[in-house]
Amino acid sequence: MGSIFVNDRDGKTHKLDAQKGSTFMEIIRDAGLDIEAACGGCCACATCHIYIDHNWFDMLPIKEGDEEAMLDQTFHILKTSRLGCQIEYEDKYEGINLTLAPE
Amino acid sequence: MEHKTDVVIIGAGPVGLFAIFELGLLNLKCHLIDNLDKVGGQCAELYPEKPILDIPSRISITAQDLTDNLLKQAKIFDPVFHLNQQAEVVEKTEDKKWKITTSEGNIIIGKCIVIASGAGSFVPRKPPINNIDLYENKSVFYAVKDISIMKGKKILIVGGGDSALDWTINLAAIADVTLLHRRKEFRAAPDSVLKMLNLEKQNKLKFLVGQLSSIEGENGKIRNIEYKTEDQTHLIQTDYLLPFYGLKMELGPVAEWGLNLNENLIKVDTEKFETSIPSIFAIGDINSYPGKLKLILSGFHEAALMAQQCFRYCNPDKKLVFKYTTVSKDLRKKIGV
Repeated sequence: MGSIFVNDRDGKTHKLDAQKGSTFMEIIRDAGLDIEAACGGCCACATCHIYIDHNWFDMLPIKEGDEEAMLDQTFHILKTSRLGCQIEYEDKYEGINLTLAPE
Repeated sequence: MEHKTDVVIIGAGPVGLFAIFELGLLNLKCHLIDNLDKVGGQCAELYPEKPILDIPSRISITAQDLTDNLLKQAKIFDPVFHLNQQAEVVEKTEDKKWKITTSEGNIIIGKCIVIASGAGSFVPRKPPINNIDLYENKSVFYAVKDISIMKGKKILIVGGGDSALDWTINLAAIADVTLLHRRKEFRAAPDSVLKMLNLEKQNKLKFLVGQLSSIEGENGKIRNIEYKTEDQTHLIQTDYLLPFYGLKMELGPVAEWGLNLNENLIKVDTEKFETSIPSIFAIGDINSYPGKLKLILSGFHEAALMAQQCFRYCNPDKKLVFKYTTVSKDLRKKIGV
């Protein structure tokens, strides 16, 4: 079991247990942090918008078409914006820093 | 218009549709209310093309095919659909029935209510801009109802999906239209994108890349819209703003009905899936009980058990005889097998 760091919307950082094969959205949701993830993780709603720490951003798999299109429906888009449901945790992400985008 | 029925179902997603069938088996008639323009809920609106793999007996079925089949199965029992409207007000009538008034002013009277509204009612996603509510329905619109007020005006449309592109193309013929989108690619149909780009080439509309950031104006009338590109802010003068950021789901007016809630979910028992108010039920993703799994499968089970109790409310003097569909001659005749 690894761990990730997630900054919530009040600026508080949480260390969360992360299991290989779970998506960032699932890890954040199951820890009880406030991430809506309305569609349940099938890249259909854009309510799991997170920012990736720029030191880690380039390590992530590139976005597929669906994800970029869904990001069109969110606000406050940054260069490091991703949908949490589209990235599965792997050992190489141990200690990664994520931030929940504003609602 | 006023309608009378046995059961009013709120939400025409997969679980609401299957509830028609389960209630129909017990000879109960239904009316359904849904805020979308079509049946199928999330399945039809969010992921119609995605395969679902845990519907019993179906190795793989797309969400749209599941919707189409459920509708076909439900139609045997002549359900009545009230689409493009929300169930707004619920009142008890003198003879202890429920009277539901929709956002379109339709009135439906039934003996039971079944809330099958999933993650909630689909409503437009509003940009998080300060004071945007002061401009809504005056100079900010999430849907175009009266095209005539737009004639000859300056209109800023925001978004990259089908609604944004369709309205950009349509309104460009009668108004001074600018489309604002965060990137140069669009998720709208390629055909619409081509049309829009052609109109832009002919100077019949403007296209800008950027993100909406604030509104300036007074008394509900916009003066300027501010938008951001990477490190700059820009102002654009406009009369109307049409943001098209897709739809989101929210519980909506149901939250005001006095039901016991648990974080926006409706608490039910696991015998009848009845809420804290007798003869109002909640099935599918909207309900909450110990061990709940948000699966379409669970919603189907909940619909079957809910229907038994609805029968008792609708037929207080009749005995409920449990019958398998394999032995029901009536039903076989109806379906034609």
